[in-house]
Amino acid sequence: MEIKLKLNGKAVAGSVEADTPLIDFLRQKGCYSVKCGCDTSNCGLCTVFLDDVPVLSCSVLAARADGHAVTTLEGLQEEAADFVGFIADQGADQCGFCNPGFVMNTIALLRENPDPTDDEIRAYLAGNLCRCSGYEGQLRGIRAYLDSRKGKGAQNGN
Amino acid sequence: MMTIQNYVRPQTLEQAYELLSKNRRNRAVAGMLWLRLTGGSIQTAVDLCDLGLDTMEETDDAFVIGAMTPLRKLELAPGFAAYTGGAAARALGDIVGVQFRNLATVGGSVFGRFGFSDVLTLLLALDTEVELYGAGRMPLAEFAELPQTTRDLLVRIYVKKTPGNVAYRAVRIARTDFPVLTCAASRLDGKVRLCVGARPGKAMVLDLTEAAAGGLTPDTVKSLAEEAAKQILTGSNSRGSAAYRSHLVRVLAERTLSQVGGFGNGD
Amino acid sequence: MATEKYQYVGHAMRKKDSMQLLLGKPVYTDDIVPRDALVVKLLRSPHASALVEEIDTSIALKVPGVVAVYTWKDVPRTRFAIAGQTYPEPSPYDRLILDRQLRFVGDPVAIIAAETEKAAAKAMRLVKVKYKLLPAILDMHDAKDNPVLVHPEEDWYPPCPVGGDNKRNLVASDVESDGDVEKVLADCDVVIDHTYHTKAFQQAMMETFRTYAEMDRYGRLHVISSTQIVFHCRRILSRALGIPKSRIRVEKPRIGGGFGAKQTAVCEVYPAFVTLKTGRPAELIYTREESQIAGSPRHEMEIRVRLGASSDGRIRALDLYTLSNTGAYGEHGPTTVGLSGHKSIPLYTGSLEAFRFSYDVVYTNLQPAGAYRGYGATQGIFAVESAVNELAERLGIDPTVLRDRCMVRQGMTMPAYYNEPASACALDRCMAHCREMFDWEHRYPVRDMGNGKVRAAGVAMAMQGSAISGVDVGSATVKLAEDGTYNLIIGAADMGTGCDTILAQMAAECLDCPVENIAVFGADTDVSPYDSGSYASSTTYVTGKAVEKACTELKGQICRIAADLLGCAPEDALFEGDHVRCGTDGRTVSMEEVAYKSQAGNTHAAESTATHSSPVSPPPFMVGMAEIELDKLTGEVKLLNYMAVVDCGIPVNPALARIQAEGGIVQGIGMTLTENVTYDHRGRPVEASFMQYKIPTRLDMGHLKVEFENSYEPTGPFGAKSIGEIVINTPAPAIAHAIYRATGVWHRELPITPEAIAMSRPEENA
Repeated sequence: MEIKLKLNGKAVAGSVEADTPLIDFLRQKGCYSVKCGCDTSNCGLCTVFLDDVPVLSCSVLAARADGHAVTTLEGLQEEAADFVGFIADQGADQCGFCNPGFVMNTIALLRENPDPTDDEIRAYLAGNLCRCSGYEGQLRGIRAYLDSRKGKGAQNGN
Repeated sequence: MMTIQNYVRPQTLEQAYELLSKNRRNRAVAGMLWLRLTGGSIQTAVDLCDLGLDTMEETDDAFVIGAMTPLRKLELAPGFAAYTGGAAARALGDIVGVQFRNLATVGGSVFGRFGFSDVLTLLLALDTEVELYGAGRMPLAEFAELPQTTRDLLVRIYVKKTPGNVAYRAVRIARTDFPVLTCAASRLDGKVRLCVGARPGKAMVLDLTEAAAGGLTPDTVKSLAEEAAKQILTGSNSRGSAAYRSHLVRVLAERTLSQVGGFGNGD
Repeated sequence: MATEKYQYVGHAMRKKDSMQLLLGKPVYTDDIVPRDALVVKLLRSPHASALVEEIDTSIALKVPGVVAVYTWKDVPRTRFAIAGQTYPEPSPYDRLILDRQLRFVGDPVAIIAAETEKAAAKAMRLVKVKYKLLPAILDMHDAKDNPVLVHPEEDWYPPCPVGGDNKRNLVASDVESDGDVEKVLADCDVVIDHTYHTKAFQQAMMETFRTYAEMDRYGRLHVISSTQIVFHCRRILSRALGIPKSRIRVEKPRIGGGFGAKQTAVCEVYPAFVTLKTGRPAELIYTREESQIAGSPRHEMEIRVRLGASSDGRIRALDLYTLSNTGAYGEHGPTTVGLSGHKSIPLYTGSLEAFRFSYDVVYTNLQPAGAYRGYGATQGIFAVESAVNELAERLGIDPTVLRDRCMVRQGMTMPAYYNEPASACALDRCMAHCREMFDWEHRYPVRDMGNGKVRAAGVAMAMQGSAISGVDVGSATVKLAEDGTYNLIIGAADMGTGCDTILAQMAAECLDCPVENIAVFGADTDVSPYDSGSYASSTTYVTGKAVEKACTELKGQICRIAADLLGCAPEDALFEGDHVRCGTDGRTVSMEEVAYKSQAGNTHAAESTATHSSPVSPPPFMVGMAEIELDKLTGEVKLLNYMAVVDCGIPVNPALARIQAEGGIVQGIGMTLTENVTYDHRGRPVEASFMQYKIPTRLDMGHLKVEFENSYEPTGPFGAKSIGEIVINTPAPAIAHAIYRATGVWHRELPITPEAIAMSRPEENA
């Protein structure tokens, strides 16, 4: 079947099968940031925005996206660049395979709640698994970014 | 992996119902979770996303929850949070992750009648009704006992604002895992209920109104919990044995009933 | 602090690839390979032990888009090992690409290559197989000398003598000792004698196993794989496929995590075989389920510890017997087991009078095990550290104080560690530092929080090694570019650890230039100098030293080139970072001038390759402390705080060292509390997905705090030892200790589930 959607702000058309998951369609369209980590809706690596809401693209039929807007990290480079350096300062990027999903969901968090507490950060990102970093460095990075935004001065590296 | 031949997005409930009735291999599609796990083949996936069922509204006497309302929306609804005294957030907040709960629907959770369902456990402890297309409204407890047929089309869930309170607790090995046991207790308009899910079977409801007629005191709660542990059937799976689950029934029943009784914080 | 004299070493800095990774650029295997590669799928055995009696591929081959279906009849008959180890490998040659005998649920039966995933999946269902079921060994206790043999074949071959015998289901067996352990034990006031059990935990790296293969422009097999071991991989493929190494090129792009999983060539042979047969590009990506059931997890081990001590808490004797389950194939079986004793017993060198360490490694019809961070040390340390905590609690001595009396200290020789010296050991300082940071004095006492909640704390120490002594080889090539910047080319594998950056920091330190001036590339068998690969905590320590050597040599070459330009004697040319100065008259030439000169009428190579290996494997040390809140009624454990102090020598990049520690700690927490490995009665793994195998989320790990106590390792680059593996070792014994403190029950099997806690009573341990 033919689908038409807005992908990262651009109108895109494509042919998919009824059971094609959105993640496969997105990777076919060159959005390689979208990663598959589990096949069971558990890991958060495939997080994209469907009409600005973070969802698991492994669990959305591409057909469902017909007529909707999909955003991947490819479309949010500037918004991401704003804070990912703080994650890098912690070395918390590590293998990087979970990073796009984590970055996407962090963007969603900060859009929804610009000044989250540590517990709110943990709760919102609970569905983003990471096997390398132990999570604490990601939290420090986000915290350092928030602090820098508040003008408290960057405390990254500590 | 599941295969799907066709995908359609009906624009009316009539169309959706017609499609679902036409072929036993046609299937309603709601939250779409665990797509890759489901085996078998679907002739036509009937996507309910365009039916305007993804909203919930609060009326004077009920929360009217469209079947396609994402769990996350229910979790964040301030009126529902207030009515359940935070039990909604407890029941919903540990389900996998925000992205998952943005997809998973209240209707899908209810329709699936999954044993592990936090949502079903909570809703069964409340005065909940479901509306099926064509068949109209019926109590959730009744619906939960019906055999699953693919033809049923769940439209809305009504949670009546019966005065009272509710408490919810679950035990999990890892925070966002399936629960080992779920437990909700409520006292609504004098009616005392205890609902236990993830036994691991589908949630079971005990009506404790009579047994609690003398009021919920620490002593009665203790004996009610003992009794519940005897009455609630439990089984074993990879997350826990029947014996452990029965033990948890007692512990969680006591804690939730204590909270409902106003002398415990649920922990 | 010794690091202060360095400009780049000892300083936190971003990983060189961090922005690429964080912005989601296409840098992993499946992002960079052609879209039209054949999809390779494996039909896997549903049985734990069976023989392929008949196999019919004719219907499968008729599926449109199916290109080939291979069975055991189609593959070479040479047995090989897929363990990434230096030749001759200690692991037995016990595998074929496809074997007629199937030895675990998930053992490949057929290889399917198709144009699309759907076609491959359809064909997979249409391969008709008639299995003859064979008796299976599903419990490692039944394996040794069982008449049922997992590997009855006559061509089973162990390249190294490690005490194995396939006719006894034995992969390896040995005993070693120092002193008369029985005599000392008989003389001890207290003997703790318990058995500890750990399971086949999964690395669960986010990127599953995957490999792409194609024929390159020279008709050679070009393999792009998510691997920690490009050179071993080439050797393994050469033997398995029966083609010379000169016809194979293996490279790794960025890797989505490894933790040892990718120190085994788990999936490389299959697409390589398809490409060799069809001439077409082919890619195999394991599903998460395949990674869970047919990967290379930790070896299940059962360790009996007999610990003898005096009543004042001096540990005098340790006797360990380890039974290790290698599963259906022997990858890393003979070597992982060694660490269960070699990396636990030496912790008590300070007071130990005698030790004995014996083991058996057995085959079973379960998932083959492999290498997972900690590599046997994790299992041994859980056992020994738990036994030490049991001793302390029995004697009523603070377990940190007891350890102070017994631990290995700087300058000691460690008889249980190949008589190596502890030349850099800050374990005592780690303990003191951690005790203070954690506020042990106040957190160790059990605190009743009401409603059945109890707070308690536990402690453990750990060690590991830094590379395999006398075996691991690291190399580095450093080249000068025209503008005075450098290329650093390595064969080690950055799998997220940051070794590319760490090695560049060392090169920058040696070459006195900014780290940005060092471009790093790795790893590619056609381009990189030989390196064993990134495993065994070796890269910083061994490859780092090779970088240091290569830079020193390159500076000499640069001075020779500069001497030509300056018209001075080479020994008068002084390397000074961005220029070379003539020591006699002070004239200088810029590095750019030297670099251009190197490309015109020059006979001195403006590059250098150096190789390093170490006769010793200096252990890093660590102390970890856990604080939990335990619900005595439900058995739930909430981890509140985990704090640790690590001695990794000099941390080359403290930010990355800290993340290594934090990541390892959380993996350790997972194997202690949430990750389980069980099988049904037919030998099928239950935890075959992330839905069932629960690695910790960020809500499961409490607060982490990691600090360092530096030592200076004289044989390491800039005083560095390793950190990659040791960090997973302390959580299990420390948390088990805290749970004992809260409940009075010792849990000697991992994971410790809420059920195990809620349903056990202290009497059981009396």
